[in-house]
Amino acid sequence: MLQLSNILIDGVVYGMVLFIISVGLSVTMGLMRFINLAHGAFAMAGGYVAAVLVREHGLPFAGGVAIAIAATMALAALLETFIFRHLYRKTELQQVLFTLGFTFACIAMANFLAGAYIQQLPLPEWMRGTLALGSRTLPRQRVAVVAAGLLVVLALWLLVSRTRFGIWLRASVDNAAMSSSLGIDIRLVQCATFAAGAGLAALGGVLGAELMPLEPYYPLKYLVLMLVVVSVGGLGSIWGTLCAALVLGLVDTASRYLASGYGSFFFYAAMILLLAIRPQGILRR
Amino acid sequence: MQMSGISMGTAGPRRRPAWHVYAIGLALIFALYWLFPGNLLILTRIATIAILVMSLDLVTGYAGLPTLGHAALFGMGAYGAGLCAKFLTGDPLLGLAVAAGAGALLALVSGAFLVRYQGLAFLMLTIAVVQIMHNLASKLQNITGGDDGLSGFTVDPLFGRYEFDMFGVTGYWYSAVSLFACYLILRRIMNSPFGLCCQGIRENRDRMAANGTRIYPQLLKLYVIAGAFAGLAGGLSAQINQVVGLDSLGFELSAEALVMLVLGGAGNLLGAIVGTALFTGIHHFAATANPFHWLFVIGGLLMAVVFLPRGFAQRAVRRLCGNTAAALSGRRA
Repeated sequence: MLQLSNILIDGVVYGMVLFIISVGLSVTMGLMRFINLAHGAFAMAGGYVAAVLVREHGLPFAGGVAIAIAATMALAALLETFIFRHLYRKTELQQVLFTLGFTFACIAMANFLAGAYIQQLPLPEWMRGTLALGSRTLPRQRVAVVAAGLLVVLALWLLVSRTRFGIWLRASVDNAAMSSSLGIDIRLVQCATFAAGAGLAALGGVLGAELMPLEPYYPLKYLVLMLVVVSVGGLGSIWGTLCAALVLGLVDTASRYLASGYGSFFFYAAMILLLAIRPQGILRR
Repeated sequence: MQMSGISMGTAGPRRRPAWHVYAIGLALIFALYWLFPGNLLILTRIATIAILVMSLDLVTGYAGLPTLGHAALFGMGAYGAGLCAKFLTGDPLLGLAVAAGAGALLALVSGAFLVRYQGLAFLMLTIAVVQIMHNLASKLQNITGGDDGLSGFTVDPLFGRYEFDMFGVTGYWYSAVSLFACYLILRRIMNSPFGLCCQGIRENRDRMAANGTRIYPQLLKLYVIAGAFAGLAGGLSAQINQVVGLDSLGFELSAEALVMLVLGGAGNLLGAIVGTALFTGIHHFAATANPFHWLFVIGGLLMAVVFLPRGFAQRAVRRLCGNTAAALSGRRA
């Protein structure tokens, strides 16, 4: 019973981190049909900037993280405007190659700027220690991750279903050419979505730093994980990504608790199963 | 070299390679042996990996299915050859047959499921296959040796005469001749109606289906052929190095093979060989300095490749050959 609740809690925490990191990738892939293997680089950039600001410059945690996310978004918007948008019309293979090369360059850059070791992100007082929740005590950091994940879900839901920008976004995902001819500024939607996705990745990089340590090979190491979540969830589907992230997070955590020798065998087996049943995404028939 | 490169796209099916293809191929193998006697090990590696990249070219270049899981087939062949040498027989040629069979078997089993999909779904499923094989190999420690790798097997001398020596002379000839033979066979296969049919599927799947081609069996056949050759490459690498590491089943090897293929130009067997040589050569020089420099170089190359025309390296080599030929003939005149 205790083990079951451990699996549930850790699985949900892991799933939330996966969701926050991957949802931006899912939306950019659905909107621009752009396979962005460099998405992990934005998560790493966010984590690195936050770590340096909080640790070296003594900024408060929340402030450092906010600046890191804003910086990552600005960087992403710049890159999108000048480089990545030229890739939208290229073939899948070319997109894969370019963004993979970009990831390699980012790894080398991170090593060059910050060294080959793991970046420690000191947690603030209110995230350390444990929180008593009924009969169980939970590490506060995990509670914070789940709360942040729920907030992101809520904010995204409000943005997508209740705002004008959300209408533009949904229209563009469904049919970019038609929305453009209806007067929607498609370039603005693409650029803003890309930047927002990168910002979420940066948030995920910060929140997941305990589970996925920040090191130069970060973007490559967790790339496959993000791609799995996105492809199982279905391109451009926020709810699908949430579902896929939670299911895969639970499967992976359960297999680590119960069958640790098999590594990520069950994770990929679950992915194959889910993709075989629903190739278009977990929530789409 | 040039002729065969051109004839690849234009020649009709059923044309025997001209005699000078054999002559140039064998001359190159001799020339490299005499020119770089100190670098036989790296030449051997280029030859083995080039077979893997040619096999990847069948799937990604000819049939247009981008895969990041080709190392699964390579690793399957490597473990097949290693286990065969350990438990059955040390004969290298039999070992190669076992390796090719193992690669083809995995290709058949996984391909029966994989080739139903295309695009991103196919890409992701191939990654899953390679990760599953990697985890299985690491879990089945008593068979595969797990993290320590499979070792402790010996390979008999080739044809009962040529021992695999530490300078890699036998290994070089073994792998180079295998590469040449694989090139000739694959060239024949890809110039056949079947090869053209696969290219047709890449260009327009619906139209080929409308023409009466049954897409699924053709792609499965292609995948099994590619699996046999990838397995053979793995077997060569296992026999020559006498050790099989977990990295031969890794995602990284798959990604590197894809990079090599694209560097040389996808959809062209010679391009696959040139790309492998180019990549391995650059890796050799850049990585000895600093592994992170190497990442800068390869990252830059990859980004450049996308905005350069297709088969850039091949065209550059061709132009270089043309210039050299012109210079030589000019000097003679």
